[in-house]
Amino acid sequence: MLEILTANRLYDGDVVYRTAAGDWVADVDAAELIDSTDRLTLAVAAANADVKASKVLDVAPIAVEVTDGHIVPKRLRERIRAFGPTVKSDHRPGAN
Amino acid sequence: MYRYDEFDAAFVRERVVQFSDQVERRLKGEITEDEFRPLRLMNGVYLQLHAYMLRIAVPYGTLSSTQMRRLAHIARTYDKGFGHFTTRQNIQFNWPALKDVPAILSELAEVEMHAIQTSGNCIRNVTADHFAGAAFDEADDPRPYAEILRQWSSLHPEFSFLPRKFKIAVTGAAHDRAAIRLHDIGLEVKRGDDGGIGFAVYVGGGQGRTPMLAREINPFVPEADILAYVDAILRVYNLFGRRDNKFKARIKILVHETGIDELRRMVEEEFAQIRGGVLGLPAEEAERIRAYFAPPRFEERPAVSAKLNAARTANPTLDRFVKQNLHRHKAPGYTSLTISLKPIGGIPGDASADQMDAVAVIAETWAFSEIRVSHEQNLILPHLALDDVPDVYQALAAAGLATANAGAITDIIACPGLDYCALANARSIPIASQLSERFGAPERQDEIGPLSIKISGCINACGHHHVGHIGILGVDRKGEEFYQISLGGNPDESASIGEIIGPGFYAEGVIDAVETVVDTYIKLRLSPEETFLTAYRRLGEAPFKEALYGA
Repeated sequence: MLEILTANRLYDGDVVYRTAAGDWVADVDAAELIDSTDRLTLAVAAANADVKASKVLDVAPIAVEVTDGHIVPKRLRERIRAFGPTVKSDHRPGAN
Repeated sequence: MYRYDEFDAAFVRERVVQFSDQVERRLKGEITEDEFRPLRLMNGVYLQLHAYMLRIAVPYGTLSSTQMRRLAHIARTYDKGFGHFTTRQNIQFNWPALKDVPAILSELAEVEMHAIQTSGNCIRNVTADHFAGAAFDEADDPRPYAEILRQWSSLHPEFSFLPRKFKIAVTGAAHDRAAIRLHDIGLEVKRGDDGGIGFAVYVGGGQGRTPMLAREINPFVPEADILAYVDAILRVYNLFGRRDNKFKARIKILVHETGIDELRRMVEEEFAQIRGGVLGLPAEEAERIRAYFAPPRFEERPAVSAKLNAARTANPTLDRFVKQNLHRHKAPGYTSLTISLKPIGGIPGDASADQMDAVAVIAETWAFSEIRVSHEQNLILPHLALDDVPDVYQALAAAGLATANAGAITDIIACPGLDYCALANARSIPIASQLSERFGAPERQDEIGPLSIKISGCINACGHHHVGHIGILGVDRKGEEFYQISLGGNPDESASIGEIIGPGFYAEGVIDAVETVVDTYIKLRLSPEETFLTAYRRLGEAPFKEALYGA
C-alpha cells in the first residue's frame, strides 16, 4: 500500500505533506511515496520530531494512489484536504 | 443596542492580551499542542480540514453596521474574502492563520466583539429570535434577557467546565422563531396575569445523535427570579450531568434518565436556596439593560405604503421579493426584511467582504444601522420603512443579495460539511447547491410554498436536519457519502423531530429522492394552502415511503 505523510502547519494551519527531504510542502505531488513499513516508521519518527519542534501538528499517514503521474489520496476527506473544498468557486461570494 | 460597559471592555481586552501571549509561546514552541488546544478553543480557534477556523460570537444575533464593516475588513485582510454565518447566529472565518488571530481578536475588541465561549463545555452564545424588538407578535423584546444571561454566563467560574456545552435560546413571542425546544434551556418571554414579565422555561432539548425536544420545567418564572432559576438548573446539571460518556453528557440525557418531574424537584430545591439572593434581578437593573434595546424612533407612518405598492405593480421581481422576504413589524409603516444568504445554487450562509460592506451601508442608510443574523443563516434588517423597501431592494440587488426565497424550499440550512469540517462524514454544501438549482425556478418555489430543507454532514446535526421539514443527514458508508432523508421535523412551537423515511441514498440519488418527496406532497395536498408540514402530519409517512421505495 502506498502512503504519504500529511499534517497541518502550525503557524497558519495549512495542509502540508512531507517530502523525501523532510520538508513540509503544500503540493501533494511533492510528497514522499512510502511503500514499506520500515520506511513509514522512520518517516513518522522524523515527522513527530517536527511536531515536537512546533513546525506541524496532527501528523497522519494517508493511503494514496498514483494516477497519471499524480498522487491522489484514496479517501474523499483527504482528497478535499489536498485539492480544496469541492464547492463551486463561482458560487462562493468574493472568490477570485 | 447594548454597549459594553467598562467591565466588558476590560475583560475582552485582557483576554486578547492573554491569548496573544499564549499564541506567541505556542509559535515559539514553549507550549505543546496538548497544552495549547484548550486555550485556543476557549478563544474560538478550531483546527479544521484545511486551516484554523475562528468562530466569533454575535450575541443574540445582533450586529451594528460598524461591526459588520469590521467583519468585512477581517474577511478581506486576514481571510479569503468571505465569512460564513452559522446556525448559532455566529460568524466563522474558514482560513485565518494562527499567527494572525491575536490581531483579529484585537480588531474585534475595538468594536465590542470577541470569540469567547464559542467553544468548550461552557454556556455558549445565547441566541434569540432574529425579529426581536420588531415582530408584531412578541410579548416583549427577548434580547435584554439574552444580554443579562450573557453577562451572568461570561467567564462564569462555576460553569466554565460543565459536563458538556450548554446552549440557551430566548424567544419573545409565542410563535417560536428561536427553536427554543431544541436548546439545553429554552425561554419564552411571557406576560403574567398582572402584565408583569416572566418566562416559560424549557429544559433538555437538543439535536445531535440523540435528538430530543425540551420539556417544560416551569410555565412561568417571574423576571426577578429568572437568573436564579437558570442558575439552579445549571447547578443541578453540573452536579448530576454525566461526565463518564461524552455522548451522554448533555442535559437532555439527564432529563431523559432522571425524568422531568424528578429534575424539576431537584431544580426547585436548589432554587429555593438561592432565590432572592445575589442572583435576584432587580427591576431597575432589568430596566437599565432594557434601555439599551429601546426601539429606534419610528416616525408616524400609514400602515400601507403607496410608494411601495406602486413600485410592486411596476416591478414583478420586487413584488415577489416583498411577498417572500418581508416580515410584519410592530410599528405601522415599517417592516423587517430578510437578506437571503442563499443565492440559487450558492453556499448557504456565506457572504463576501463586499456584501458585508454593502449590508453595513444599507443598514446605515435606511435601517437604523441594525442588522441581525438568523439561525437560518440569513441576515435581517429588523427595522425598515415600507417606503424605503424599493431603494433597499435595488441596493441589495446590486450586491447580489436580492434572492427572494426566505422560508422557501431554496432557503436551505447546511452545515459546512466535509468540504471544511474535521468532524464531517459527508459533504453538505454541494447537496444544498444542487437542491437549490433543482428547485430554484421562481414558479417552482411558489408552487411548493413554505418548505424547509436542512442538511448536516454528520450526526452532530449542526445543519439542524432533525427539524427540517425535509432533513438530510450525510453519513460515510464504506468510504462513500450516503444520505438519509427524514421527514416532518419542525423547530417552532409545534416542534417535532423528523422521522427517517427509509434506506438512504448515494449523492447522485438524493436530489431526485427529495424531488419525489416534494412531488408526492404536491399531488396529495388538499390545496396549495396546505403546507408540506401540515400535509405530512395529516398523511403520515406511508405515501412518501411508497413513492420513494415502491409498495
